[in-house]
Amino acid sequence: MRAFEYVRADDIGAAVALVSGDPAAQYLAGGTTQVDLMLKDGILEPERVVDITRLPLRGITADDRTLRVGALTTMEELAADPTVAERLPFARTALLAGASTQLRNMATIGGNLLQRTRCRYFRDPGVPDCNKRTPSSGCAAITGAGARMHAILGAGETCIALHASDLCVPLVALDTVVRVRGTDGERRIPLTEFYLLPGDRPDLETVLRHGDLVTAIEIPLPPAAIRSGYLKVRDRASYEFALVSVAAALTVEDGTITEARLGLGGVGTIPWRARAAEQVLTGAPATVETYRAAAEAELRAPFTVPGTAFKPELARRTIVRALEELGGDRT
Amino acid sequence: MSQDSRNARAAQPAAGDAGTVRVTLTVNGADHELLIDSRVTLLDALRDELALTGTKKGCDQGACGACTVLVDGRRVLSCLTLAAQCDRRQVATIEGLSSDGRLHPLQEAFLRHDGFQCGYCTPGQIMSAVALLHEGRTGSDDEIREFMSGNICRCGAYPNIVAAIREVARQGAR
Ligand SMILES: Cc1cc2nc3c(=O)[nH]c(=O)nc-3n(C[C@H](O)[C@H](O)[C@H](O)COP(=O)(O)OP(=O)(O)OC[C@H]3O[C@@H](n4cnc5c(N)ncnc54)[C@H](O)[C@@H]3O)c2cc1C
Ligand code: SF4
Ligand code: FES
Ligand code: FES
Repeated sequence: MRAFEYVRADDIGAAVALVSGDPAAQYLAGGTTQVDLMLKDGILEPERVVDITRLPLRGITADDRTLRVGALTTMEELAADPTVAERLPFARTALLAGASTQLRNMATIGGNLLQRTRCRYFRDPGVPDCNKRTPSSGCAAITGAGARMHAILGAGETCIALHASDLCVPLVALDTVVRVRGTDGERRIPLTEFYLLPGDRPDLETVLRHGDLVTAIEIPLPPAAIRSGYLKVRDRASYEFALVSVAAALTVEDGTITEARLGLGGVGTIPWRARAAEQVLTGAPATVETYRAAAEAELRAPFTVPGTAFKPELARRTIVRALEELGGDRT
Repeated sequence: MSQDSRNARAAQPAAGDAGTVRVTLTVNGADHELLIDSRVTLLDALRDELALTGTKKGCDQGACGACTVLVDGRRVLSCLTLAAQCDRRQVATIEGLSSDGRLHPLQEAFLRHDGFQCGYCTPGQIMSAVALLHEGRTGSDDEIREFMSGNICRCGAYPNIVAAIREVARQGAR
């Protein structure tokens, strides 16, 4: 564990300039990923750690159409927000299904978006072959026996690491926008374009440049989300990451689905927007048959290893159950 | 390091020594000025610098809850918190719970209900339960279990832990 300089940021522009200008500097928010990977696993080795937790980026504001959440708002604070409870019930469920209260009091929304994968080979410095850590070194998870918490969508021979966030699953289904401050000012990036598939560069995870600071997210408040649910399937009842999770919002009029938004967790190398399933659902009758066809469409070409061979079927069934709970069965 | 930093008031950071940081921790109401390595966690600062060993180190990696303390009234994991991040924050540990030699109602209830065997997870369980009462998440046994799930007990004292918390919640004690 390498020594580092601790810097407490008190100005947004100065923090961005400091980290942008120093390749060996990294941001620290709630620390639940960053401190873990710096001090315990020794995977991150910054020379300078810039603590952003006292920057004025905390708090939630809402108008009729959008919820604006400062990047340093904690998961517990967002879960307690009345607009989230009323207009985005699946986001509230996803938040409270994640980690533990202690971790949710620390973990920030910006950090949740940027949390690093839980792939045990990535987190074990004794494992040399990890394309995400060391480009072109191979992937220990593909051949290893321990790939259970790994991705089957957006995955390939180079990397099957999962993006393990629960919160990002409803957020990606909602077309959330990320506000980012860089040295050249502020820009807005749709969450659906924020993450990069591993491809031949698993080490590149988002479109952010070094030093870019997430300042806020903007969550749309569509009427469809009022009827929404988050279903998380996991190895124990609480305090566990998802094997598969589904965030779904449905509007059904006279037995026909008029709007469908679907996100998947526990299966994607990035928070997964299930567009193929949404296409099948929209305009179709709200029946179990439709839900099955939607699940089938999304899981048409999964990439599995022996440890994840159970996941495509689990994902199909979880999708069907989540949709049935929301839309019922009008057969 | 710890010998020097106990005398942090006298010590000055060596010029250019970027790896140290000066922190004022308010622990159970008392201020402590520390000059510590930037890498020191709140857990290690409490245990090694301030000799407050009631807060336990279980996994040291965010997975067990043994290190739970309150920072500004909210429960957090001290093993994943840098001490430097807590400068001028209010830290509450198990040592500060009793007053005038009287145990906190939760401490008494844990005794009465055998809420522990080896006792290693207990300070974390109790600090978590103190926060749980303030959060108002004691409406049912299921709710208590769900919102105490961040505290693991290897001895499996869970039923008695839930019973202790339920009793204090019903009495309305804080
Ligand atoms: C035991 C355990 C269980 C967990 N279980 C779950 C779970 O079930 N579901 C779930 O969704 N999550 C879970 N998590 C993950 C947790 O939610 C994330 O670690 C957390 O959200 C990260 O937020 P943070 O503020 O602690 O970020 P940090 O750890 O401080 O930072 C994370 C990364 O993001 C960067 N960063 C942080 N903020 C910004 C910003 N504003 N701009 C630019 N870069 C930034 C940091 O440099 C770092 O690289 C779990 C974590 C642990 C340790
Ligand atoms: S799955 Fe990705 S992160 Fe895990 S070992 Fe393979 S390359 Fe590394
Ligand atoms: S010691 Fe902190 S969670 Fe286990
Ligand atoms: S009493 Fe032994 S770990 Fe809980």
